Amino acid sequence: MTGEVLAAVSGNVTAIGYGLAAIGPGIGVGIIFGQGVNAIARQPELTGVIRTNMMLGFVLTEALALIGLVAPFLFQSLK
Amino acid sequence: MNALTVLASSGGEEFQAPGPELFNFRPLFDGGPAWLTKPTVFAVFGALVVCVFCWSAFAKPKLVPRGIQNIGEMGYVFVRDQIGKPFLGRDTERWMPLLMSLFFLIWVWNIFAVIPVIQFPIASHIAFPIVLAVAVYFIKVYLGIKNQGPVKYFTNLIPKGLPKPIYILLVPIEYLSTFILAPFTHAVRLFANMFAGHMILAFFSLVGFWFLFEKPTALGFGVGIIGVVMTILMTAFEMFIQFLQAFLFTMLAAMYINSGLHADH
Repeated sequence: MTGEVLAAVSGNVTAIGYGLAAIGPGIGVGIIFGQGVNAIARQPELTGVIRTNMMLGFVLTEALALIGLVAPFLFQSLK
Repeated sequence: MNALTVLASSGGEEFQAPGPELFNFRPLFDGGPAWLTKPTVFAVFGALVVCVFCWSAFAKPKLVPRGIQNIGEMGYVFVRDQIGKPFLGRDTERWMPLLMSLFFLIWVWNIFAVIPVIQFPIASHIAFPIVLAVAVYFIKVYLGIKNQGPVKYFTNLIPKGLPKPIYILLVPIEYLSTFILAPFTHAVRLFANMFAGHMILAFFSLVGFWFLFEKPTALGFGVGIIGVVMTILMTAFEMFIQFLQAFLFTMLAAMYINSGLHADH
């Protein structure tokens, strides 16, 4: 049994990298919108302010996932 | 060998997912200049569409708006109240020309992704978002130096009154995020969303076309149907994303302009 490959990944490894990079922002975006909806439900009269700040948080969190998406292209061209 | 290979007819070539080659265009005609491609032509076309729209809406404004002026004013009020006011406050009206042109230009460019025949989001070539982001970046730094002073602008970025050791960490992070990461993500956000969206649409429509028309098999038929249904759903989703990205790009532009006009801390 020595030297036998039990599991192998074929294809482009960068896809896995992007999958990993999307975990954090995925959780973050979920929290942001969850809390945002919660806040709007509690104080509907502040909807505008909450929505703007919600979008701001979403944009900043999403940046990480986007960098993850672009990174494979950067590293491919660096080779 | 993967699932898609099994489903395709035996012996024939296997299904090839579309890749970044979707974004390479040849010059419009043989012997034409290399830069004259479909995206550049439609980038100019999109700008003209925005010009014509704004011209027909606001050239001869009536007190009681009719026809296209109604739509124009709805767009103006939306940009002013949702994007300008929350960030710029009293300075909104002064920056509305920039914000409105940014919003509508990017939106029209993005909508091109789902318009038949054109079917290409202009912003998925990173050059276009970079130009817009760099323009906003220069406006931000120029306004900061003009309104807050050449030294004050850079010191205002750092909050005061923190314990000394914190500054070792904080100062590099603050400058890195304001002067390098902010413009980078500003451009890349628009680019990456449009790039990924175009890729998703191309993938699902190719799945539908391949398994229903190109190489129809009994097993692959179901996959083809899924491909077609997903294309329709994803088109709707993309239209939402296109609007959202135009909104976010303009919103961040307003925020950066405000960070130049007034000190945060």
